Amino acid sequence: MTQATLVMFAVFVAMALVITYWASGRSASRRGFYTAHREITGIQTGWAIAGDYMSATSFLGITGLIAFYGYDGFMYAIGWLVAYLTVLFLLAEPLRNTGRYTVADVIAFRLRGRGVRAIAACTTLIITLFYMVAQMVGAGSLINLLIQRISETYAIIVVGLLMVIYVLFGGMLATTWVQIIKAGLLLASSIVLSVAVLAHFHFSLFALRDAAMAAPAGGHTIDLLKTGLLFSGRFGGIEVFSLSLALVLGTAGLPHILMRFFTVPTANAARISVGWAMALIGVFYFLTTIMGLGAGTIVGQHDIGKHLRDTQAIRYIVRHPEDAARLNPELARNGYIVPQKNTNLAAPLLADSVGGPLLTAFVAAAAFATILAVVAGLTIAAASAFAHDIWYSLIRTEEGSDREHIFVARGTAIVIGFIAIACSVGLRTVNVAFLVGLAFSVAASTNAPALILALTWRRFSRTGAICGMLAGLISSLALIAASPDVMGERAIFPLHNPGIVSIPLGFLAAFVGTLLARDPESEAVFNQLQVRANTGIGAEV
Amino acid sequence: MQHHHFTPGEWEALANDPEFVALLRARRRFIIPLTIFFLLFYLALPAGIALAPGVMNRAVFESLSVANLFGFAQIIVAWGLLALYMREARSFDKRAQALVERAAAEFAK
Repeated sequence: MTQATLVMFAVFVAMALVITYWASGRSASRRGFYTAHREITGIQTGWAIAGDYMSATSFLGITGLIAFYGYDGFMYAIGWLVAYLTVLFLLAEPLRNTGRYTVADVIAFRLRGRGVRAIAACTTLIITLFYMVAQMVGAGSLINLLIQRISETYAIIVVGLLMVIYVLFGGMLATTWVQIIKAGLLLASSIVLSVAVLAHFHFSLFALRDAAMAAPAGGHTIDLLKTGLLFSGRFGGIEVFSLSLALVLGTAGLPHILMRFFTVPTANAARISVGWAMALIGVFYFLTTIMGLGAGTIVGQHDIGKHLRDTQAIRYIVRHPEDAARLNPELARNGYIVPQKNTNLAAPLLADSVGGPLLTAFVAAAAFATILAVVAGLTIAAASAFAHDIWYSLIRTEEGSDREHIFVARGTAIVIGFIAIACSVGLRTVNVAFLVGLAFSVAASTNAPALILALTWRRFSRTGAICGMLAGLISSLALIAASPDVMGERAIFPLHNPGIVSIPLGFLAAFVGTLLARDPESEAVFNQLQVRANTGIGAEV
Repeated sequence: MQHHHFTPGEWEALANDPEFVALLRARRRFIIPLTIFFLLFYLALPAGIALAPGVMNRAVFESLSVANLFGFAQIIVAWGLLALYMREARSFDKRAQALVERAAAEFAK
């Protein structure tokens, strides 16, 4: 199986390199590097957005969360899909009509000011980093599962280096096409896997439902269709609400999704891209639900996260926990992975149970492709935020040549790549859907309020934008730092998801800041912004 | 059109153009209720789970609970609203396009 997996990995990496080579000639200018000359069609962008979304988080993370926590895991999927309505109704067309290369462009166009741009660029960098770490942690678990000689740490380093290469040479065009191809690949493997699950239940959804209502969980059974398996306890209710709020607004602040609207030629294409993305993502989440329930019932929680080939040894340890202390070091010495709960591996383990080694290899290769493609998109978002917003607008403050611009953007990609690798190695056992949930909390508390208010509120001022983004950023980061995930039992803040506090705080600070200091200059731009946003007059072409 | 650089006065003139004002108003009248509806419909699900878990977990159809059915309804409703928006947006596009063409002709004079 290892060989089949390696071959499929290699095929995808080679294919992506060919695309990168083809795209490298067209990415020599700033427009080419950041926006692929605005020549990507609505349908292509729709597939690419869907690809951005069918990330390691969705595929590995949600499948795992549904396998372990059933309905509560499904709540992530619902929030992520519905979030596109926020983007569609409020942002997609205005962004394409008023933006140039980055999200900060739109905010800074409305609120002329260096401070606003600087903060918007910083939040972009922080959000992309969180998101990137989640993807690379997924890559680490996955490769380590399939090829046990490669430790998670080395796997993360390899993924990091590969994606830096794609971004360095291919720019937005290569990133988009790698994303589109991967979206097809991942959808295909999800369909195959879902059909295999349904076949296991003789194509009866009722049989799947009955099995899900009595899923094995180490000696007893649990009902995966009930709420409260993940969000339980005294704060469970507030937790699920807090998460939902962050999910539905978070996408409206995700730089790597929003930047896709700068690559389409018209507002109509931007709209069509969201339509395709929502259709594809919705279908994908139906499949994820089937896969998650399949993994929870066919594989069973107890066997998820344990090594495929050593199940015998591991089953023994599970039955005889008193021997674990004696056996674990011995197993580890022989190169076996000591069992630990890792919710990220539900999908590939399901493939092993229902399809066998070849299907596992295919599913793993698709997941690996996903991670590479999504991380590459994130890297571009981060590189443009630094090069375009920070370096050229704030530090050098002059129009540099295209060559210089791209040099800076590439340098940023390398630095970001290394930071992401270092963080991912440190966080390599955390659930990836959870990590991305945090990225959504920060995005929903910072970029989303600033963008929505900048596009809709005439009085919105520079002070308001700065107060709002800073309040959202500081409160969301501080609450994550004070949460049980970081502080353990002595947590100051009881929730895992800070959204319920930080999102209203972000909006509130934006309102208060605006009311405190009026900004006639920004108010004067509002009329022009509305004409541009609603007609496309004066847009970048 | 693309090479024409608008003066602040011209932007103001466009923004105050009666047809543009009417277009903006029509868009708002469509989008604001739609946005409020989908946010309330969506947040009703986590709110229900938080406030009335007993009701949400009650089996109502083929042993599926209220929460299960409401969850799937979210996806279907999201697709429905998407279709509604796509249909409506085409007419807004046409009006905007007419406006752009008229403005181009006027400024060319």
